[in-house]
Amino acid sequence: MSPLGRYFHPLSPAGLWLGAAFLAVLLLLPVWGGSYVMTVATTVFYLALIGQSWNLMLGFAGLLSIGHALFVGIGAYTAAYLFAAVGLPPIVGVLPAIALAVLMGVLIGYLGFRFAIGGVYFALLTIAFAEFVRIIVDHVSWLGATEGFFLKVSSADRHGIDLVNLRGAPEMYYYLIMALALGALVLCRFLLRSRLGYYWQAIRDDAEAAEALGVNVLRYKMYAVIISSGMAGVAGVFYAFYQNSLFPEIVFNIERSIEATLGSIVGGVGTLFGPIFGTFILTPLGEIVTEAIDLLKHWGVIDPQIKLDGLKLLIWSFIVVLIVLFKPKGLWPWVCSRLRLTRPEAEG
Amino acid sequence: MDFWTLANAVASGLLIGLVYGLSALGLSVIFGVIRIVNFAHGEIMVMGMFFALLMFRWLGLDPLLSVPLAAALMFGFGYVLQLVVVSRVSHLPEHMQFLLLAAIAIMIVSALLLVFGPDAQGVDVDYAWNSFAVGELIIDYPKMFAAIAAVIVASLLLAFFKYTSTGKAIRACADNRMGAQVVGLNVSRLYALTFGIGAACLGAAGAIILLLFEVHPYLAPGYTLLAFVIVIIGGLGSLFGALVGGILIGVSEAMAALLFQPSMKSAFSFGLLILVLLLRPQGLLGKAVR
Amino acid sequence: MAALLRVEGVSKSFRGLLALNDVSFDVAERGIAALIGPNGAGKTTLFNVIAGVFQPDSGSVQLSGAEITGRRPDEICHAGIGRTFQIVKPFAQMTVLENVTVAALHSAGAVAAARAAARGFLEMLELDTKAAQHAANLTLPDRKRLEVARALATGPRLLLLDEVMAGLRPSETDRMVATLRGLRDETGLTILLIEHVMRAVMALSEHITVLHHGEKISEGAPERIVRDPAVLECYLGDQDR
Repeated sequence: MSPLGRYFHPLSPAGLWLGAAFLAVLLLLPVWGGSYVMTVATTVFYLALIGQSWNLMLGFAGLLSIGHALFVGIGAYTAAYLFAAVGLPPIVGVLPAIALAVLMGVLIGYLGFRFAIGGVYFALLTIAFAEFVRIIVDHVSWLGATEGFFLKVSSADRHGIDLVNLRGAPEMYYYLIMALALGALVLCRFLLRSRLGYYWQAIRDDAEAAEALGVNVLRYKMYAVIISSGMAGVAGVFYAFYQNSLFPEIVFNIERSIEATLGSIVGGVGTLFGPIFGTFILTPLGEIVTEAIDLLKHWGVIDPQIKLDGLKLLIWSFIVVLIVLFKPKGLWPWVCSRLRLTRPEAEG
Repeated sequence: MDFWTLANAVASGLLIGLVYGLSALGLSVIFGVIRIVNFAHGEIMVMGMFFALLMFRWLGLDPLLSVPLAAALMFGFGYVLQLVVVSRVSHLPEHMQFLLLAAIAIMIVSALLLVFGPDAQGVDVDYAWNSFAVGELIIDYPKMFAAIAAVIVASLLLAFFKYTSTGKAIRACADNRMGAQVVGLNVSRLYALTFGIGAACLGAAGAIILLLFEVHPYLAPGYTLLAFVIVIIGGLGSLFGALVGGILIGVSEAMAALLFQPSMKSAFSFGLLILVLLLRPQGLLGKAVR
Repeated sequence: MAALLRVEGVSKSFRGLLALNDVSFDVAERGIAALIGPNGAGKTTLFNVIAGVFQPDSGSVQLSGAEITGRRPDEICHAGIGRTFQIVKPFAQMTVLENVTVAALHSAGAVAAARAAARGFLEMLELDTKAAQHAANLTLPDRKRLEVARALATGPRLLLLDEVMAGLRPSETDRMVATLRGLRDETGLTILLIEHVMRAVMALSEHITVLHHGEKISEGAPERIVRDPAVLECYLGDQDR
């Protein structure tokens, strides 16, 4: 087996070819895709990165977070503020951004696990912290408060590649977030096959048994939170320099935290490829719906005055409800077995 | 700050807190019996608000008169939701049930957004600006009526659980599901009833609170979180605790608004929630159930 | 022979209910000892005290003379005690091999080494043909075997077995007995078991401690225990109910 083949061992030859073809299409996307397609694809990878971070906590280690927007937001605000205030380029600023996001994760994790807060109570703790920070940032004037925090960007910045300052053409952002999302995939795969992955899954399935087998449950839960919040912090830095504007009402909104969960649920919580797969279904689907409606309005089938703002989320959440009801393990394991994308003995 | 400013804030917080308490009662009832954390809580309440808004617009009905109608409508919604959707996931892990209800919550918000748009809308009753004074304590009519209505609905609910045979059967279910099945109670019907009753509380609370605040779809997550704060402070599953927690949060928010900034009041509640979760996760009044 | 495990004056009560009352006994190094008694005698509670799940209200637990009272379960595992659970606790979404690998990682440096070690324990417990199955799909006797394989894979000096023979057929019980005795003879493992299957208790154990209502009412060699009037009374009394 080739080194690459060994690396993707769980994939069958069919899965490997399909994956390679898919990757090739995505790599060449800027060649044939317009700016709109690029925007959508960038969003897909961005959400896939956050989804993987969330999946690492719930799917691998059994810790439900409904506060992932908090880690993303802290990463975003930290890097953006350091760039605007002292000119620290984001390639360096990403380090304090990760550090602060991880610090917040450690705080929540330590408090939660120390006091044996599990299950839905832990989820509520993450929500409470996210909302608490949102309201605080709402009132911090040097972070722009409710007015928003903006990064200066000129039209000259929209060309070329400046990875140090994260300024450049849309293609740069696309390839960057693609690399980050795929990097996260490689990291997750590595972790899942390591001691950490074994211990996390053991804790997820039965913490008491794991403890009896010598696993320091508190410590390994903490590692999951640290890695997950760090990944989300990186996503936040990307967001800040891609959007160039940060509003607490948007960045820290609980809806962002719930959005982070949707792709993974559709793809399959606890699977390696599930979060990416799910995001690749949901996001384009939402865009197709939006486009279809614009077209219908254009043709006069629907009154152009009608606003259909909530429709995309309505469809997304409806799909999630259907998935939880009928395919609670997610679509990825099902697609895998249908198309024989993975070897029978290996898990997706 | 003088005494009367403080007294006014406390009184106002107390009255609103009773409505909060009624809403939290809806969450507590559902959790106490079905052991499901209803993440679509605020969304159901906001549906009640919009219903009362339509009744006011179409029929000129005072929101307080809409209370029984909103309660009945939401009862039906909750009953069907439990019977058709939620009951199907009772075998799944707790977090999947939670996420299912979160998805349903987003569905409701999105649907409301499609129908009503994002703007805040309110009702305009003729007593909106009337008040009466006791000393320098000034009580607004809407707040007082809302509190009275909330107390009436909550009392009816508590009486239902205490005195009716169905209420007793539901309590038996909550204590021991297997036992309830053994003695021949139809558990899935009782669960549907319970979700219906919890949702009816929310419908009622929604109609009542429309008297005090304008409604828009994005209000919903805030109410969900507020109810979580209240029941966790009062103890998940404890009915009395929900009412007391509601008053506590109502008053403490009013105090926070007075002492800091009005917009900081919910940060205060979340801070309180974090403290309670850490120090006494079963709630201030709840028994250790986990 | 020196005592590997020494339990001294352990008492534990739950909400005022005394589950263990001043229980003391020793388990000899390389010995196989049994803990028996009617339901509710406090056997599993005692296991949980030894394994660090419960803190005793008073008394102490020592392993090779070292105090382990009040340590966390994972620390006690590191100290050299492996245990099974009466109500089996498989990692349901992991495969059988992965279940045992988790335990083997405890002493193995690398995942690959742990997986290899885990395969050995699966063979020993006759689970090797089911290595790739998810633990959720195992039958109850197989889950019991998985419990034993996992506990063994942590490389313990003392193995606590909580009713691992329950549900096994007599021939399977005999094979399990042979496996456990073989382990003791080859590796010097010490075993303490809770068991209702008297066939296994009598065949395996060299020393029996009898608990009743949280108190030790008798101990000694199996031949002595079966003739002890106090033991007979507590079992007969149990049948009357």
